[in-house]
Amino acid sequence: MSNLRGERRDVPAASNREALSHLRAEGYNMLVDLTCVDYLKEGRSPRFDVIYRLMRLDPALGKDLGRVEVHCAVDEAPVLRSVKDVWPAADWLEREIWDMFGVKFADRPGIKRLLLYEEFVGHPLRKDYPIAKRQPLIGPKSGDKADSPSFNILRPTVTGE
Amino acid sequence: MPLEGETVPAGVMTTQLDAALGWARKYSIFQYPFVTACCGMEFMSVAASHYDLDRFGAGFPRFSPRQADVLLVVGTVSHKIAPVLRRIYDQMAEPKWVVAFGVCTCTGGFYNNYATVQGIDTIIPVDLYIPGCPPRPETVIQGLTLLQEKIQKTGGGRR
Repeated sequence: MSNLRGERRDVPAASNREALSHLRAEGYNMLVDLTCVDYLKEGRSPRFDVIYRLMRLDPALGKDLGRVEVHCAVDEAPVLRSVKDVWPAADWLEREIWDMFGVKFADRPGIKRLLLYEEFVGHPLRKDYPIAKRQPLIGPKSGDKADSPSFNILRPTVTGE
Repeated sequence: MPLEGETVPAGVMTTQLDAALGWARKYSIFQYPFVTACCGMEFMSVAASHYDLDRFGAGFPRFSPRQADVLLVVGTVSHKIAPVLRRIYDQMAEPKWVVAFGVCTCTGGFYNNYATVQGIDTIIPVDLYIPGCPPRPETVIQGLTLLQEKIQKTGGGRR
């Protein structure tokens, strides 16, 4: 079994699609994970790293033939291009990155949130998202009317705000 | 009640309407399981044959809120699903009761973050809290018997 982390490659964000398509052609047929890291506290510029983790999977043997980790340093501006037609798994993962980190993809201008609701303001996994901030849709602190049929006013929400 | 001096014929029992209704209702709980997370596994175990909720007359889940009288909220409730939960509660016909199953539904549990409702009693009224992460089947059965007592005491009426 090969190293689970794999070799790390840093790729300029502007050419992510070319580099990743090339890796796909080399036999990296599986997108294991697509995620993001916010380096705000390190004061780094560009602020985010979008990370593609790829694996060459032998479909007949179910065997791991090697892995690679591609890092693309980006800011908020949509520079990266989508790879959802290269690996269909990227579709939801790109939406999750938009949802949690607010990093957009240049060719997906109308990207929608995946896990949170459209009314949500901000991106909660950014290091500058206030840890005690709550945005409920109903109930206390939601702007909901306390006299609506099933609003329970007996116990207000405790959030530490 | 018979009037003074009257005798009750054999085979006839007198009671109050509320007590009779409560007695009938507490042994025919039709629950709506609103299962969102890992507590669902524990609910399955308590509902299955080993612990057998059917012994208490609560063995028949109804997946329509119109036909259910106990809303069992099992598992973490996020802000995204909170309006759905309240809508299901509103769709249930009176009399109805709500059980918060597991610590996440009681208080939010260890999830105090942007995503999680800090106790379902901030959005709907709750009759019974079953703590635990997840609660043991014995805890659930004790909770169910307490709920039956409550149904009996309130005569099936609401609070």
